[in-house]
Amino acid sequence: MKDPGAGPAAAVERVFRDERASVLATLIRQVGDFQLAEDAVQDAFESALATWPRDGIPRSPGAWITVAARRRAIDRLRRDRSVADRAARLAELTRLDEQEHPSSSEETVLDDDRLRLIFTCCHPALDQSAQVALTLRTIGGLTTAEIAHAFLVAEPTMGKRIVRAKRKIADAHIRYQVPPDDELPVRLRGVLRVVYLIFNEGYSASAGDELTRGELSGEAVRLGRLLCELLPDEPEAWGLLSLMLLHDARRAARTGPDGSYVSLDDQDRTLWDRSRIAEGLRALNRAVRAHRPGQYQLQAAITALHVQASDPDATDWAQIADLYGALGTLSPSPVIDVNHAAAVGFARGPRAGLRLLRPLLADPALDDYQPLHATYAELLRRNGDRPGAARAYERAIELTNNIVERAELQRRLDTLRGEP
Amino acid sequence: MPQYMALLYAEEGEQGDREQRWAEMPLWLELTEGLRKAGLLVSNGALHPPGSATTVRVRGGEAEITDGPFAVTKEVLAGYYVLECADLDEALRLAAQFPTARYGSVEVRPIVDPASYGQM
Repeated sequence: MKDPGAGPAAAVERVFRDERASVLATLIRQVGDFQLAEDAVQDAFESALATWPRDGIPRSPGAWITVAARRRAIDRLRRDRSVADRAARLAELTRLDEQEHPSSSEETVLDDDRLRLIFTCCHPALDQSAQVALTLRTIGGLTTAEIAHAFLVAEPTMGKRIVRAKRKIADAHIRYQVPPDDELPVRLRGVLRVVYLIFNEGYSASAGDELTRGELSGEAVRLGRLLCELLPDEPEAWGLLSLMLLHDARRAARTGPDGSYVSLDDQDRTLWDRSRIAEGLRALNRAVRAHRPGQYQLQAAITALHVQASDPDATDWAQIADLYGALGTLSPSPVIDVNHAAAVGFARGPRAGLRLLRPLLADPALDDYQPLHATYAELLRRNGDRPGAARAYERAIELTNNIVERAELQRRLDTLRGEP
Repeated sequence: MPQYMALLYAEEGEQGDREQRWAEMPLWLELTEGLRKAGLLVSNGALHPPGSATTVRVRGGEAEITDGPFAVTKEVLAGYYVLECADLDEALRLAAQFPTARYGSVEVRPIVDPASYGQM
């Protein structure tokens, strides 16, 4: 992102970027209404743009915005009769406005507000795509247009999705709160899933232009850091942050100069972002110290083993295979089973990998699962069964929609056929 | 406090299923009594099967009466509870306790606050 510089307009932009989510979170708690709070915060930023160039930048810009937004909310509430409990809310806001010195525990309150807002945006009663959009809009500060662009959806469609979610929060009385301890683990899983979805949307090379994609991943990493800051005792939050950082560190090496996909083995490891890798490994250490393993920690540990190898041949496949085994026990899925078989194939030879793959190949539900056939092809090739490998490659190519992946599979098939 | 309607949907089921559901009666009574004592119950009722339904539509000033439910679906509306809860989370927690949630579904809908009429 560009440096905003030092002028009043730049100051507004900086406060908008750094503090909008916090101000919004506090205001939503105080006014009890998503839309009203959002409109009031918007008003406050507009009036900052109008008055700061004239009156100078206030000493505490974030506090200025909060106060201005609260007054705008009071004005709007006085005019707008459609808000429930209007009188009670007006009284509370006016009381807050008359307090000259905010309480000393402001920091904690601010953190709590942001956490409440995250859990509200990711409430399971909202559609998952709405959870993603609302999180990006309110916590991440992306515009509706940016979110629509990133998810390849028309802007009015995305706008409607967000409006509908906010309406449901108001109509169904989805409370603005951090879930009680007995529900926290399940609800936190939902929040982490949303953040990981945002990251993957930005990371997958399938669609969209590179710029927006990168911003989306960056946004997910920021959300991940915020969650670790707000819930420092949750190892899965650290696990997810670690996983995202370790993937993101390899962003520059994933595509060649012509935009084509570069597989992990062929990546130029000098292009990897060492500081991101270091931060990712620190987050992983922090997570595993809690001794409460989870799927993100295990995935991060697998990724860590990949990035710590000085070259592909130095990869610790035995440990990776064990970690995939643990992951499959924790959250069974064919995706993990296929990866497990591939890792075992590297650790103990293609025969051992093929043994694990056999039951998956017999499952009709997985017949269209491309990675299964691609992995099967690799293991057969390494086991010396060239005709079998060629057939499996052909099947995998048939099942691939992604141009980049298809080219890669075709290249492997051609290499196989070209070998003497 | 906001009110919610919990709509209980279930398949009509075979004779065996129906007997099993009868056996759950004490559980229903206990649940309902618990909700009443906690001051959360506004009203509730079990519905006769959709075969007993009659649908009325007034078109061109004339009432058209048809035998049967408004929509024929696999899972049918079998009963309802109107509950007064602090928020959606509480309503969802209560909804999960109804036996119907285990073999059918419970739809939770917020009821419009009459104080907000004319403001929508």
